[in-house]
Amino acid sequence: MDFSLTKEQAMAQAMFREFAENEVKPIAKDVDAEERFPIENVKKMGKLGMMGIYFPKEYGGSGADVLTYVMAVEELSKVCGTTGVILSAHTSLCAAPIYENGTEEQKKKYLPKLCSGEWLGAFGLTEPGAGTDAQGQQTTAVDAGDHWVLNGSKIFITNSGYADVFIIIAVTGVTKDRKGRPRKEISAFIVERTFPGFSVGKAEEKMGIRGSSTCELIMEDCIVPKENLLGTKGRGFQLAMATLDGGRIGIATQALGIAEGALDETVAYVKERQQFGRPIAAFQNTQFELAEMKARVDAAKYLVYKAALAKQAVMDAGKGRYSVEAAEAKLIAARTASDVTRRCLQLFGGYGYTRDYPIERMMRDAKITEIYEGTSEVMMMVISGAMLH
Amino acid sequence: MKAIVCVKQVPDTSGKVAVKENGQLDRASMPAITNPDDLNALEAALTLKDHTGCEVVVVSMGPPPAEGMLRELLARGADRAVLISGREFGGSDTFATSQIIAAGIDEIGVEKDDIVFCGRQAIDGDTAQVGPQIAEKLHLPQVSYVTDIKYQDDGSLIVTRALEDGFMTVKVETPCLLTCIKELNEPRYMSVPGIFECYGKPYEVFDYNRLKDNPLIEDDTIGLKGSPTNVWKSFTPPQKGAGTMLEGTDVAAQMAQILADKHLI
Repeated sequence: MDFSLTKEQAMAQAMFREFAENEVKPIAKDVDAEERFPIENVKKMGKLGMMGIYFPKEYGGSGADVLTYVMAVEELSKVCGTTGVILSAHTSLCAAPIYENGTEEQKKKYLPKLCSGEWLGAFGLTEPGAGTDAQGQQTTAVDAGDHWVLNGSKIFITNSGYADVFIIIAVTGVTKDRKGRPRKEISAFIVERTFPGFSVGKAEEKMGIRGSSTCELIMEDCIVPKENLLGTKGRGFQLAMATLDGGRIGIATQALGIAEGALDETVAYVKERQQFGRPIAAFQNTQFELAEMKARVDAAKYLVYKAALAKQAVMDAGKGRYSVEAAEAKLIAARTASDVTRRCLQLFGGYGYTRDYPIERMMRDAKITEIYEGTSEVMMMVISGAMLH
Repeated sequence: MKAIVCVKQVPDTSGKVAVKENGQLDRASMPAITNPDDLNALEAALTLKDHTGCEVVVVSMGPPPAEGMLRELLARGADRAVLISGREFGGSDTFATSQIIAAGIDEIGVEKDDIVFCGRQAIDGDTAQVGPQIAEKLHLPQVSYVTDIKYQDDGSLIVTRALEDGFMTVKVETPCLLTCIKELNEPRYMSVPGIFECYGKPYEVFDYNRLKDNPLIEDDTIGLKGSPTNVWKSFTPPQKGAGTMLEGTDVAAQMAQILADKHLI
């Protein structure tokens, strides 16, 4: 695998790093403590072309590539897990499915505003009774002639408090599977916040990524124009799963960034913190801990970058899947993030347990990466499913 | 209308300064950055471009690797770049440098409503001479230490310049040259589309042969040999000790006490 960066990718990485250091890091503590959505940075990211990195210029994108997008999420997540997931959910879960499945009219209508950051995107699949098991979907979409009528609710929707456009998965009827058993027919829709009957409910109070806006969505006789069906009717489940493959690369990247950020903080701390008359970096336990964590983070990074290149290859070819690469990257990167932030906090000792240092925030932020956009257990189902197929 | 921006690649002097045996800076062993004031000059030009759509041309004199810096400035929004580069120009002091850059700008062409933007000074030499010297050699009116620019409908500029103890407001006609300071603006970042376009934007190298026939070039006053200034010694000044911050409502009394204790008052 060749991960050497092009001149443009290296330049973009340097720019993301500078932006994260100057704009994101200084407010990360407040964003967490006050559960504040960093809208001002989202707007800045829009101006810099960070909200549509790998989409073509003709749709308002930046004309870059998936690895560049991954590096953006990585650099943001090093200093603020909240900002990392805002970019990831917006790009991978909303702009990407429109780009990959939308009609020319849908792409022209939605992508320029999403890519410029004028509109923020979100994705609604999870329901109170349906997460990983998509057949448990209760939200319905009924064909009412010249429009669709959606009813139901979604929960845990990232970005929802501030999003303008939502990809909503709903049941459009009953069909039969290959063995003739009745199955729910599932379709996807592009729903705007301002559509009649659509509302955003209560926000969750969370352990980590506290500045990220995670709310409930409520659709009560929500009127959706006919032309806002996304992709083919009845192919919504496949669309959602393919979208989540991309989303998992974003979350794997967020996890990678959190782990790298925790290591950066820890390396600086252990050189300063004195015990028994010398910096704790002089103790072999510290050195071995750092060494093993670095090796694990680099291993995760290879899987994440490999998944990014796999997605790029699928986009370039216009066909294929990268489900296993994405699942492997997310499984390993998420575990690494949880493990590394916990061990880094241990090196910080009592200070690490206080809010004076960012390490406890990073440990809290890391946990969600093992849960959302498919738990680690689901990642293992995807990987083993492909092995035993 | 176009904006020409003069930029210099400088060693990052916030780190350790390396010096060669002959007393000159060892630029190769220090990380290279765009001179900070020059980014304010570029930002002023890009702001003008935002409002008028004018072309922004960045010009630098330096060795071929300065291309990397110029590409970054194209990624921030400049339209084309010119690198003045040649062995004959090496070792030039400010007198020789300004002559060569003035010739380069003359080749690009300065028209009635054009503006040349420079940074106030470079962090390696700290002379603040090159901008004003370019203006003299091109016979352009110049305003230095610019903190604010207001574009007038009649094509003139109302410019505020920082003085040691206040500000001066002057009106200047175009074409003119302005040297900018960091208070003027906040330089923008490179943008992602800018980065992915910057290697496709026009990029030219002006070597000695390209400039030698320009009337501003005099062969005996360019390069190390033609430079009246010679560097005798460069060194990193010893670090000062950490200062003491006084707090409270009686800082004046505290300060007086410290000075009295040191028998300074």
